[in-house]
Amino acid sequence: MAMHQPQPDLPPPVAERGALKWLRENLFSTWYNSVLTIVVGYWLLSTLIPLIDWAFISAVFSGDGPEACAPGAACWVFVQQRLGFFIYGFYPDELWWRPNLVFALFALAVVPQFLPIAAAIRKWLAIFGLTGLPVAAYFLIAGGHFGLESVDTSRWGGLMLTLILAYVGIIAALPIGTLLALGRRSEMPIIRGICVVFIEFWRAVPLITILFMASVMLPLFLPEGVTFDKLLRALVGITLFQSAYMAEVVRGGLQAIPKGQYEAAEALGLGYWRRMRLIILPQALKIVIPGIANTIISLFKDTTLVLIIGLFDLLGAVKSTLSDPAWDNVMAEGYLFVAFCFWVFCFGMSRYSHRLEKNLDTGHRS
Amino acid sequence: MKKTIMTVGLATAGLVALGGQAQAATLDDVRDAGQLRCGVSTGLPGFSQPDSDGNWTGIDVDTCRAVAAAVLGDAEAVEFVPLTAAERFTALQSGEIDMLSRNTTWTTTRDASLGLNFTGTNYYDGQGFLIDEALGIDSAEQLDGAAVCVQAGTTTELNLADYFRANDMEFEAVVVDSSEASAQAFDNNRCDVLTSDTSQLAALRTQLSDPDGAVILPEVISKEPLGPVVRQGDDEWFNVVKWVLFGQINAEEYGISSANVDEMLESDNPNVARILGTEGNMGEILGLDDDFMVDVLTQIGNYGEMFERNVGPNTPIGLSRGVNELWTEGGILYAPPFR
Amino acid sequence: MESDGTPLRPGRPKPWNDPRVRAVVFQIIAALTVAWVGWTLFQNTISNMESRGISTGFGFLNSTAGFGIIMSLIEYDETMTYGRTFLVGLANTVLVSGLGILLATVVGFVMGVARLSSNWLVRKVALAYIEIFRNIPLLLQIFFWYFAVLGTLPGPRQAVNVGDVAFLSNRGIVLPKPIFEPGAWLIGAGLAAGLVVTFFMARWARRRQAATGEIFPVLPIGTVLILGLPLLGYLIQGGPVSWDIPALGGFNFRGGITAIPELGALLLALTLYTASFIAEIVRSGIESVSKGQTEAALALGLPPRRVLRLIIIPQAMRVIIPPLTSQYLNLTKNSSLAVAIGYPDLVNVFMGTTLNQTGQAVEIVAMTMAVYLSISLFISLLMNLYNRAVALKER
Repeated sequence: MAMHQPQPDLPPPVAERGALKWLRENLFSTWYNSVLTIVVGYWLLSTLIPLIDWAFISAVFSGDGPEACAPGAACWVFVQQRLGFFIYGFYPDELWWRPNLVFALFALAVVPQFLPIAAAIRKWLAIFGLTGLPVAAYFLIAGGHFGLESVDTSRWGGLMLTLILAYVGIIAALPIGTLLALGRRSEMPIIRGICVVFIEFWRAVPLITILFMASVMLPLFLPEGVTFDKLLRALVGITLFQSAYMAEVVRGGLQAIPKGQYEAAEALGLGYWRRMRLIILPQALKIVIPGIANTIISLFKDTTLVLIIGLFDLLGAVKSTLSDPAWDNVMAEGYLFVAFCFWVFCFGMSRYSHRLEKNLDTGHRS
Repeated sequence: MKKTIMTVGLATAGLVALGGQAQAATLDDVRDAGQLRCGVSTGLPGFSQPDSDGNWTGIDVDTCRAVAAAVLGDAEAVEFVPLTAAERFTALQSGEIDMLSRNTTWTTTRDASLGLNFTGTNYYDGQGFLIDEALGIDSAEQLDGAAVCVQAGTTTELNLADYFRANDMEFEAVVVDSSEASAQAFDNNRCDVLTSDTSQLAALRTQLSDPDGAVILPEVISKEPLGPVVRQGDDEWFNVVKWVLFGQINAEEYGISSANVDEMLESDNPNVARILGTEGNMGEILGLDDDFMVDVLTQIGNYGEMFERNVGPNTPIGLSRGVNELWTEGGILYAPPFR
Repeated sequence: MESDGTPLRPGRPKPWNDPRVRAVVFQIIAALTVAWVGWTLFQNTISNMESRGISTGFGFLNSTAGFGIIMSLIEYDETMTYGRTFLVGLANTVLVSGLGILLATVVGFVMGVARLSSNWLVRKVALAYIEIFRNIPLLLQIFFWYFAVLGTLPGPRQAVNVGDVAFLSNRGIVLPKPIFEPGAWLIGAGLAAGLVVTFFMARWARRRQAATGEIFPVLPIGTVLILGLPLLGYLIQGGPVSWDIPALGGFNFRGGITAIPELGALLLALTLYTASFIAEIVRSGIESVSKGQTEAALALGLPPRRVLRLIIIPQAMRVIIPPLTSQYLNLTKNSSLAVAIGYPDLVNVFMGTTLNQTGQAVEIVAMTMAVYLSISLFISLLMNLYNRAVALKER
């Protein structure tokens, strides 16, 4: 008995499968798409190939000095030779272990947040990162206690300074911004007025005017003889500036919470602070995670402005070495190095915020 | 929340209370702090320049150190605050620094309306022009139409406009915020001419990629007496800063240097004895120790030593004393006597 | 439970437990604290300035400035006053912000739409552009363009020559400058007439399309009118415009209009940085329009290009406008970074040089901040008006 054996299906036509299909659908779907693909593709190839050649293939990565470099190729020797200064600024060489230890603690608190580890451990590490780490970092880097040699803030610099400014700014700006947002939504008219004026003022003026005031004019407003450390003042300026932005982001979240949530919380008999802390803020902050992340990223980028008031952050440290006549035209290398450092941090933070948003999404969004 | 308010209130009250009792003089403030906050240039070889470890050198830096040695007995007890030209007066006015030693020109406006006092002159200078030798220009009067690099907020910026207007020439002012930036802009050919005090030009020339390709034109178009500056309204501190510099100039005149201070302590010359505090009470009436000049001279040296070490002929800057020679040697350095 | 006859009434809370009383007390304390802090700062400033002999008041605005400014939109030379330097700086700030906003909007919209293109390559290039430029500090981008790109252009003698009329060098771009002779008014009149006619034609066309559905080709006809009428005026008057063509003389180019490299670098950096944010705003705005709208429009038989212009963009604008406003504000404030490369904007000229020559920090910083506050409030106001006009009208 002969069973009916169906012929295997014919494969789809060549143009409808695999790479060809993908190409046709994604690059050459219409005539103008084809033209666009060819133009953009040609432009990309003609810029990227020489760039990659300059930056990687012909580039010199290590050597002892400017002599090691070749013309027409990137001279990463410059970065390699000055890396110590770029990372630590004027911080004494023999004490580099102290910032290094802080970096290690920082990594310990932050890296596990991206790894699949038990949530409880991650939570405790995060709490350590927000509370214990800044304190430990201060004692380690500034010294002056526990037998550690004191290092003046004018010697702090480089990437270390950038990270300090950014980290302290981030930790302080979120709570201050939240308080301001609550104040702006408050039912008490005077409190609301104060918060509105405060927020609008800081949002309207450029950060460098604020830094200028903080760095050279502040003593004029204070009683004679009262001064603060220059770094601290820059830090306060950046933090207040960004907390005003943070306040507006958080306010957006507060406004998005349905009125029923406020009323239900009140009906439970909770006091104002408990209502906010237990019911409203957890929901509001979750909604605005992307906004918070953006504010944090712009705070991180804004730390570069301290170079205008004479602090040597990463950009300032690199820029100050670029005028060295011994190195002929290493500007592009220097700036690209700084750009790469900032890009890694900022891009990493924005990816993390996407992940956080997804993880915390409970599907209650309307 | 009430607690927060209380804390804020207390903190503010504390600040104001502090203010009430802190009407102290700068001299006492410096003594209490144990260090002198001195405003210097962000980087100008020979005047004030940090090395890669953050150690500052230069004649302006030594002027600060001399004051620290006189007041605190330790030339190292100085916090150097690097300032751009545009920031310097605001920083001094506001009390951000105790003194400013940043190749600053003494002018009427600065003395009278900015609330500042110049304590003397530690370098007599004049404004000149640095230009690429290849352009074949040999006089400043041929500069019509040139792009000129100049530092923001300096007397140089004003003299430049005056000079070109007086000679009926046009120029394009490329204004930058620091002397390094001006050298860099000149090096990148953003401007044809770099103008500044001639001493600065000599210093900045060393930072160019081809120092020998640039020449300083012969014209000196202004008087630029550069010196340390303090705030008005504190005569005691004004006197201290003034007389430390006078002391260094007098010391050179009477042949006292870091090398021979110890021998000079035995000297019978009454002038030498008054400078070194073995006779009279010059230190005491200034509010210092009588032997304050001994600290200055052992740690920093006299004016001549300070000059030779930082900008003299044997340094990369290679300036000769010129008018900055003692009056006895044909220059115009003339310090009032210690008496 | 037994009742003793008296009805249960809520007892009056003690004054310190009454939320209303607490609110009043709390606010009074807050207001007093703020007032007191403000007053103390004011007093300190006054007494500090007095004890240090610093001049006060705004009299300095009438004194002669005595320094040169490289670029000015209004007439300026060093014999004019400090007050004039304020205006010069302000005009330069407005110029760079205005141009920046214009360019950033164009680039941002193009990139935002490109991000959603059906072309894979275009999509990825747009994504790469956005992710690179918005994650690098603006100040760094300004330095990069100024020092590492524009700074490496050849000097004026080796300038890139474009047809002997325009030159590109490290001193900037020099372009021919039109000199209007008598009779040139007709060109301006032609331009004005073209704009007015096009405006009314667009209104008429829109109304007719709403009523009858007929489409009138506004864009090509408008373009012809706006370009053609001035040209007509030019021809009628027999070419009343001559050109001041730049030529190398002495040190530099003479004649023509120069766009200095500081302006170029600042504009490039501000545009590319802000456009990367605008692109994301545009993308999310377009994505916020529900898919049903596109499908419905296509079902009505609208061609895809019209769907984007008539259905999607108008609805997306409601989502786009508020964040776009704050980007415009950011760009304006960020233009103050000009000080880092020496573009003569308000902060550089007025809060830099003028402050330093006069030493009147408090007055000058206050004036500068007031300018930014006003610009900020003004832009917010404009945007709020627009926002109200396009807001969803619920029926």
